[in-house]
Amino acid sequence: MPMHGITGFVVRRLLLGLVTLFFASVIIFAATQALPGDAARSFLGRSATPESLAELRRQLGLDKPVTTQYWDWISGVFTGDLGQSLANSLPVTEVIGERLVYSLFLMMLAAVISVPLGIAIGAISARRRDGVFDQVTSIVTLGLAALPEFVVGIGLAVLFSTTVFTFLPSVIVTEPGARPWDYPKELILPVATLVIAVVPYTARIMRASTVEILESDFVEMARLKGLSERRVLWRHAVPNALAPTFQVTAINLAYLAGGIVVVEAVFNYPGIGLLLVDAVRGRDVPVVQALALLIAGLYVVLNLLADLATIFVSPRLRTSLS
Amino acid sequence: MSQAAAAVASTPVVDIPTLEVVDLCVELADGDHEDIVDGVSFRVEAGEVLGLVGESGSGKTTVGLAILGHTRRGARFRSGAVRILGQNILELRPRHRQALRGSLVSYVPQDPASALNPSMRIGAQLEETLSEHGFGSREAQQARIAEALGEVLLPSDGGFLRRYPHQLSGGQQQRVGLAMAFANRPRVIVLDEPTTGLDVTTQAHVLATIRDLCGAHGVAAVYVSHDLAVVATLATRVAVLYGGRLAEVGPTSALFRRAAHPYTRRLVEAIPELTGHHALVGIPGTAPRPGHRPSGCLFSPRCTFVVDACRAAEPALEEVASGHVARCFRSAEVMQISGAARPGAAPPPEIDVAAALVGVRSLTASYGQREVVHDVHLAVRPRECLALVGESGSGKTTLARCIGGLHTAYVGDVTFRGKPLPAGSRARDSEARREIQYVFQSPYNSLNPRKTVGQIIAQPLQQFFAAGGADARRRTGEALDRVQLSRTCIDRYPHQLSGGERQRVAIARALVADPQLLVCDEVTSALDVSVQAAIVDVLAELQRELDIGLLFVTHNLALIRTIAQEVAVMSEGRIVEHGTVGAVLDAPKADYTKKLLADTPSLEHAFAAVE
Amino acid sequence: MSVVASTDAPAVEVEDAKAPWRLLVGAAWAQHRTKIGVGITLLLVLIAVIGPFVSRYPPDQGVEGQFPFAPPSSDAWIGTDALGRDTLSRFLSGGYTVLILSGLATALGVSGGVVIGLLAAYSRGRLDDLLMRTMDVVLSFPQIVFALVLAATVGPSLWLLVLAVAVTTLPRAARVSRGAAVEVVERDFVRAAEAIGVPRRKILFSEVLPNITSPLVVETTLRLTFNIAVVAGLSFLGFGLQPPAADWGLMINENKNGLIIQPWPVVLPVIAIGLLTIGTSLIGDGLARAAIGIERGRRSSG
Repeated sequence: MPMHGITGFVVRRLLLGLVTLFFASVIIFAATQALPGDAARSFLGRSATPESLAELRRQLGLDKPVTTQYWDWISGVFTGDLGQSLANSLPVTEVIGERLVYSLFLMMLAAVISVPLGIAIGAISARRRDGVFDQVTSIVTLGLAALPEFVVGIGLAVLFSTTVFTFLPSVIVTEPGARPWDYPKELILPVATLVIAVVPYTARIMRASTVEILESDFVEMARLKGLSERRVLWRHAVPNALAPTFQVTAINLAYLAGGIVVVEAVFNYPGIGLLLVDAVRGRDVPVVQALALLIAGLYVVLNLLADLATIFVSPRLRTSLS
Repeated sequence: MSQAAAAVASTPVVDIPTLEVVDLCVELADGDHEDIVDGVSFRVEAGEVLGLVGESGSGKTTVGLAILGHTRRGARFRSGAVRILGQNILELRPRHRQALRGSLVSYVPQDPASALNPSMRIGAQLEETLSEHGFGSREAQQARIAEALGEVLLPSDGGFLRRYPHQLSGGQQQRVGLAMAFANRPRVIVLDEPTTGLDVTTQAHVLATIRDLCGAHGVAAVYVSHDLAVVATLATRVAVLYGGRLAEVGPTSALFRRAAHPYTRRLVEAIPELTGHHALVGIPGTAPRPGHRPSGCLFSPRCTFVVDACRAAEPALEEVASGHVARCFRSAEVMQISGAARPGAAPPPEIDVAAALVGVRSLTASYGQREVVHDVHLAVRPRECLALVGESGSGKTTLARCIGGLHTAYVGDVTFRGKPLPAGSRARDSEARREIQYVFQSPYNSLNPRKTVGQIIAQPLQQFFAAGGADARRRTGEALDRVQLSRTCIDRYPHQLSGGERQRVAIARALVADPQLLVCDEVTSALDVSVQAAIVDVLAELQRELDIGLLFVTHNLALIRTIAQEVAVMSEGRIVEHGTVGAVLDAPKADYTKKLLADTPSLEHAFAAVE
Repeated sequence: MSVVASTDAPAVEVEDAKAPWRLLVGAAWAQHRTKIGVGITLLLVLIAVIGPFVSRYPPDQGVEGQFPFAPPSSDAWIGTDALGRDTLSRFLSGGYTVLILSGLATALGVSGGVVIGLLAAYSRGRLDDLLMRTMDVVLSFPQIVFALVLAATVGPSLWLLVLAVAVTTLPRAARVSRGAAVEVVERDFVRAAEAIGVPRRKILFSEVLPNITSPLVVETTLRLTFNIAVVAGLSFLGFGLQPPAADWGLMINENKNGLIIQPWPVVLPVIAIGLLTIGTSLIGDGLARAAIGIERGRRSSG
């Protein structure tokens, strides 16, 4: 394994990501199984009989030493065995399975709209600085960026499906086996909520980064060399704005990953966010553990991609490595 | 060249100066629209270099950019004209102006590192200058690029062209900037302090290159700088800018020998001399900023020739000799005095040839894997000033830091007053820490912006003497008196003081600990030439009055006469010459020292250049 | 990566000898957005704090003769909620928990984060790496997910909520502190203090910390804004105060099924939470611009 140059950097970064994920799993495990408050007892409640408690404890492996429990769990992750849901004794992978796809679908839909939208709004605001577009979007993004997602979600539901207008459904009512993409009208509000939750923030960062670059010495120098504004923008400003763009996109996507929990709860969307909330309510520890690990993994991967992309876009960093 | 540029360039050149600036006025775009520069007029012919000299904040960069028809964000043109070959470019539409930039009139920036696009290869950046202005075929472009790079003594092979800016040294980046500016064979070039930050050898070389290129291509050049000595080696005429207005314009030799404006005179006097027969005199006070200009003559608060008439009305630019104008009511008298003798230098203090204050033996210091100081032997005697001279990278700062306790990666012996001195201030005892005090290079960096001057100076008092309250205030006041700062500074914050004043605060902070040795690390390098004279003055006087030893680190050989008795010249981590200042400067033995002397901008060189 | 470009803020004249602290607040206050933000936030804080004392009915008591989701009437000025309780009274009593929990969590998280960030920036090398990698691990969870994971075993509990939010605030504050401190630690005045032997702890708190207050203040308001959203969100999901307590987040959840009939029990708390976050966000933005303006003013006069 070459430990120098760009390959070495990529490898090192991957390892770092894995190590981070490993420690994240330790935290998840510690939080769910090592905290006071026996998982078995909290699942069964106060009225549990000693026998059922003992049975559940054995099933969950709570009688074994902590490190063994952890090892059992984590090795299970590698083999695809995440344990069984306490609620319905189904394998966790099955319980999560489809719902993961639905959540990813929702996220992707939101990402496809919000990523280009955020970048475009930010870049245009920077280019036409202090113009009407910029001033208006500045106020609007400031206000929207502050709002919690469920406020946005409920607000949209109030506006468009119950009180002011009533043409959009506010709750996804799905029969078992039905897919969300068969119900496009129901998707509008959750996707809109996610987009509104994310775009303002990323647009503002994009604008600030682009303005910084447009004000930089080398852009001024490009103008002093007599280059046309178009060339200055596309050959000098934009290539240097790519790095922040990637970081902004990563932040964007990571934010979505966190946002789906609340948004799915508001709209009753059958994804892993709602599953997580239900599992926590029901003290379904194996499911909670698996989902938390999944979401943490998603975050780590997104950050990794952002870091790698930044390096590749920045010649200075690239050459200092090789 | 584009059509517009070609049209301008092909007008008959008879009787039309290549560059003519007429009554230029640039104002702030916001607020009260105060002017940044006003009434600026001058002309430059082909092949001529005009030096545009002024302190920081005098508006010289604004004028330089205006020649390209450009203003920084927040500024705009109020009135006036910039005529290149007769055509007023300020009247042109933005697109036509843009066509002229880079082809008819070029700019060489001050900081090449930030002026080059970090994500674009050098070759590509050179190419676009040519292609944007419709140069010709790719082969023709490549040929011109090779030619331009050759003129600045840079390679033009593919490998070099494929490099990114950060892969070049500072000097190479600057030369690329020059090549880019000359590539289209412009008629006018504005150079904005292009040698700041370069060491003297590279600087000398770059200046020579500029001179040759301007002459060879018949370019009218404007060289913007705060350093009159540098300008003297290059410019045939000089325009001095003060507070946004011209103070004096004339042939370089006239300005040096018979300056007609007190400010110009002071600027000349502030240039350090290699022979050191005269005292270095600085200019007290600071230059006024837009919106804070005094009534009457702008220079009157700092002028030694001031009379009541000066405060009542602003003088107009008047001709004092052929081709020489000045803005002063008393220019005739000033011209008389300028040629006269300057005050002589103070005699050096008596040297106590006893045991060394600081002794360094076989010191080898490194940064990570790299050795930067090799086997150095040095001694500073009590009551003596040893100057440590060298260019950047010579290891002089590292050596000073080792002595000062700021750098620990070294082997060798350092003794202080005969006793061994541990490496690093944390390992030293309180006495040693108190007796050796360090003054840093940048006054913008060495004072805590969140503390008042009083609090900053009180810190060593608290640390070493557990002094507080009234006692601390008294001692602070005394220290400020010594560095000739008003006691009203005690409650001010660093950002309210000028660079020179801040450096004095740093010196006061060092003094208040009652040290035996003061290590001054390039303490004047971050300051304008006119200010550094004052600081050196202060240090020399302190050393005389307080009997302290001084280790004065600098890259400027010309400065050390006024202050040092001994000098050690360093190059690449070794001491190449060591001796008394008189011996080393008058009769250098080492080749490196000779070269350094030849390249250092000084009053003698300036005078020699203008002869 | 900042949300405000350096030239967005007008350069602030840094002439006078105002203490840097007062300069920042003054420059922030000079902007409209800050004034509006302070106004909105204060209004809501007032409602939340004074509300319980002026509400007409105790929050968990049904109104005489009123059925659930009743329209506004003289007995219940904004109608009733899902269980027939006076909406207005519940609303007035439902704010202070959000404020206290998010305020406490932010204070704890930021304080801890600052200490860690300062230590990391000053030590560089191994300690820095270790601390920051640990922060990265905590950062790999969205705040809500972390709190939910904790709630999975212990159940909903207020102190757990505060702990979870504080723990997830800490690394974000640590990153910002470290980022700002790293530049300060390299500066010569810190070297100067070291050279005369000032102890490490004193250097961190009296030389470095005062120089990062601007970004810290901005980050604190940003964190507060986010934490209000997180705390309210957790209450909404049912992991904050438990029924029958009055809480804005809980109210939204309890009454959302009756949105079509009677929107007020949902709309009122939604507007309140929204305004609160907008208010704190405006203050934060005003501070951010002030800080940048001061930096520019300093640089141009320097």
